[in-house]
Amino acid sequence: MNQLSLEERLRLHGVSRRGFLKFCAATASLMALSPAMIPRIAAALENAKRPSVIWLSFQECTGCTESITRSHSPSLESLIFDAISLDYHHTLQVASGDAAEHAREQAMKDNWGKYILVVDGSIPLGNKGFSTIAGISNVDMLIETAKGAAAIVAVGSCAAFGGLPKANPNPTGAVSIDMIIKDKPIINVPGCPPIPVVMTGVLAHFLTFGTLPELDHLKRPKAFYGQNIHDRCYRRPFYERGQFAETFDDEGAKKGWCLFKLGCKGPTTYNACATTKWNGGVSFPIESGHGCLGCSEPNFWDAGSFYAPLSTPIGHVAQNAGYALAAGALAGAAIGFANKQKSSQAIEKHEEITVNDLIKGETK
Amino acid sequence: MAERIIVDPITRIEGHLRIEATLEGNTISQAYSSGTMVRGIENILIGRDPRDAWAFAQRICGVCTLVHGLASVRSVEDALKYPIPPNAQLIRNLMSGAQYIHDHVMHFYHLHALDWVDVVSALKADPKATSDLAQSISSWSKSSPGYFSDMQKKLKTFVEQGQLGIFANAYWGHPAYKLPPEANLMAVSHYLEALNWQRDVVALHAIFGGKNPHPNFLVGGVACPIDLNSDSALNMKRLAQVQDVIHKMKEFVEQVYVPDTLVIASFYKDWAKMGHGEGLGNFMTYGDFPSKTINDVDSFLFPRGVILNRDLSKIEPLDLNDKDQIQEQVSRSWYDYSVGKEKGLHPYQGETKFNYTGPQPPYKQLEIEKSYSWMKAPRWKGKAVEVGPLARMLMLYATKNAQAVELVDSTLKKLELPIESLFSTLGRTAARTLETKIISDAMQGWFDQLVGNIKKGDTKTFNETLWNPNTWASKAQGVGFMEAPRGGLAHWIVIENGKIVNYQAVVPSTWNAGPRDAQNQAGAYEMALAGHQLHDSKQPIEILRTIHSFDPCIACAVHLTDTENGNAIEIKVC
Repeated sequence: MNQLSLEERLRLHGVSRRGFLKFCAATASLMALSPAMIPRIAAALENAKRPSVIWLSFQECTGCTESITRSHSPSLESLIFDAISLDYHHTLQVASGDAAEHAREQAMKDNWGKYILVVDGSIPLGNKGFSTIAGISNVDMLIETAKGAAAIVAVGSCAAFGGLPKANPNPTGAVSIDMIIKDKPIINVPGCPPIPVVMTGVLAHFLTFGTLPELDHLKRPKAFYGQNIHDRCYRRPFYERGQFAETFDDEGAKKGWCLFKLGCKGPTTYNACATTKWNGGVSFPIESGHGCLGCSEPNFWDAGSFYAPLSTPIGHVAQNAGYALAAGALAGAAIGFANKQKSSQAIEKHEEITVNDLIKGETK
Repeated sequence: MAERIIVDPITRIEGHLRIEATLEGNTISQAYSSGTMVRGIENILIGRDPRDAWAFAQRICGVCTLVHGLASVRSVEDALKYPIPPNAQLIRNLMSGAQYIHDHVMHFYHLHALDWVDVVSALKADPKATSDLAQSISSWSKSSPGYFSDMQKKLKTFVEQGQLGIFANAYWGHPAYKLPPEANLMAVSHYLEALNWQRDVVALHAIFGGKNPHPNFLVGGVACPIDLNSDSALNMKRLAQVQDVIHKMKEFVEQVYVPDTLVIASFYKDWAKMGHGEGLGNFMTYGDFPSKTINDVDSFLFPRGVILNRDLSKIEPLDLNDKDQIQEQVSRSWYDYSVGKEKGLHPYQGETKFNYTGPQPPYKQLEIEKSYSWMKAPRWKGKAVEVGPLARMLMLYATKNAQAVELVDSTLKKLELPIESLFSTLGRTAARTLETKIISDAMQGWFDQLVGNIKKGDTKTFNETLWNPNTWASKAQGVGFMEAPRGGLAHWIVIENGKIVNYQAVVPSTWNAGPRDAQNQAGAYEMALAGHQLHDSKQPIEILRTIHSFDPCIACAVHLTDTENGNAIEIKVC
């Protein structure tokens, strides 16, 4: 069957040749390349297939998959129809059994060195029989599939940090992906589950800019995990004023005061819940009256009760928050990546370029 | 010699399920269901604060994303005799009802439909004829020839690109696909619409629980306060959003899900023969959706009981605390019991020790004559029973629930099928659709009651009196049950000195997908598959149809408890 190039696909969406070349020019500028490169970029893009994505599910609950189906923009269907080729994904793929496994092997063969590997769930090292797919242990399947991957996206706290299976006493010897794979770029997208648009956002970044987003010391994209929830929380002013809900459903809870005393882990949790919010921006845990569980942080399951305050505020509350921040910053020495220099150049000359910015309606 | 057929992974489900079956000619003589992944969540719960348990238990499954959270808070409340305010009960009903509707619609379109709907055939459909078909069965507005023509173009573009992605390697063109191209195009269009719809209707969970998947719960009530004068509580804006979601759910169920089920079913009546895909004949429901309190079983929308041997004239009483009624067995599972592998244990005494005796991976076949699954085998009075939508609809029908009787009778009449056809693969799938209609109607009632309470000045959502562990007895035990979308679910908890000392979840997919027991009695999946004839053993679409009709959720089904703490493994990372 003939395969449509990016340009042909864009044309189907009403993008003209002129618009396409403008996109290439913008890409060149973004990557700080000379204008002489534009035809070469155009040539590369014209032949582009949708990048192959292989999604492996290990010790998981499918909450991460459920979450990605909730993404509004980009939506899952726009991703899998227009942007990626989701060649293996247990929950969504039609084929089962041998036919499913052949799909994975074929995608690996056809896209060796180029496919993106997404993983949800931890890997049990206690016994290979603790988790198998098609008779193959999780650790063997991960190693085999990672070999030809361009990059690995570990979605959810289980894949990123070991998550719930790793919680004390870790009955199956569960570990995160980066404990096993050491020779590939890994992006951690933690959360239990991650915010839908954060997952699709990370994939969209890779597809749009061709680079990994800049990551923090825990391999989390800074765009989504750069700030703690407390700093971005709409209830923060009440914390500063010392106005707290003392119990659920009390006057303070009803007025939307700070949930710190009810155990909110917002001050030590780096995630985008307070800015991006959930499910199309409808709400997020704190807005609906429950403290943050801290679900995108490593080992949050063993960090004490969800209802125990982080520390008992003594004296000036803002100072306590300062300590929490300092603790976060101490641990936050970012690790450099190969793409770092490139991205900072891109940031300097940054222009917002997406397919939607291209001139429409001038087809032919 | 009998041929062994293996399907692993079973896709379009939650979790890791493997089916092995022996074939005599082209007929399945014996089937074996294996859960191939274990995490040990109940073990992880030992020693924790019972008020935290819901968050751990909820992560048993992200598809049934709230059911384990709800069962968990109910178990703690049962143990502590902890009453919750009526508003909290109503909000939990609304959240659970929303889960049913969301989950059942997604199961139908995204997990089950492609067993019956041939995507490739949809390319041959005439958009005008598709529009005629759609408009003849429903008043759903997206039904013009232009709409179906656009959907077909989109699909065609996708297929012609040559990268089929999630649709690759499927059994397209298999003679078991019977729908005309127009019905296929309509169903594929609704597959995409349902993806879009579900994204909006989960807003209900986000409003009450802060997010979806994994919305928040709270022992003693719900965390979201009600205050019409606050910008940060359940106020008129929030109530209006909830009302909007309830309308959207009802509309989609009535105008898309129910009519599509009827159209598809009408082409697959051979899957509605009695006993075809329904093997046990025993059905159990715990009951749920209280209109009063959780202890008032008579106030439940879904009644409680057991039906044996397909006899709808007699309902056996069920007691979750009776040590002789519900027991879990491990004789064919990769666990040991301190009382010996052949004996069953009631969940309060439940225990499990990993004992993986299966083949060392990579392996080709399981040792089906020995232990072969991480799932246990739960039994009611020693009998294997089926739980889930079919059990619930049968229970409603047997107890003469007026709406259920009307829905079942009118559906059977439209399809020209007898009542016995409920005991089948198609019967199970149709039962799921019909109960979704019942729930989508009930949602409005719960919402109206909530608004009525607020009108009367009752805004209470949380009972603070027993929140502090100092108020608890030094020893307590309780069971939290519910009807989850996939069937009866219960968590048994034992609390000592404010900490969990034992926690057992016996879940729907363990009842349905569990392995054989000490008496060699097969579980519900295993019995359902026996007798299936396969057109082509290399393309076993027949197995997928029946297994998917149960809506497997295998992460839920596999669990362990180890009070001895003997199996923990310490991983040292250099």
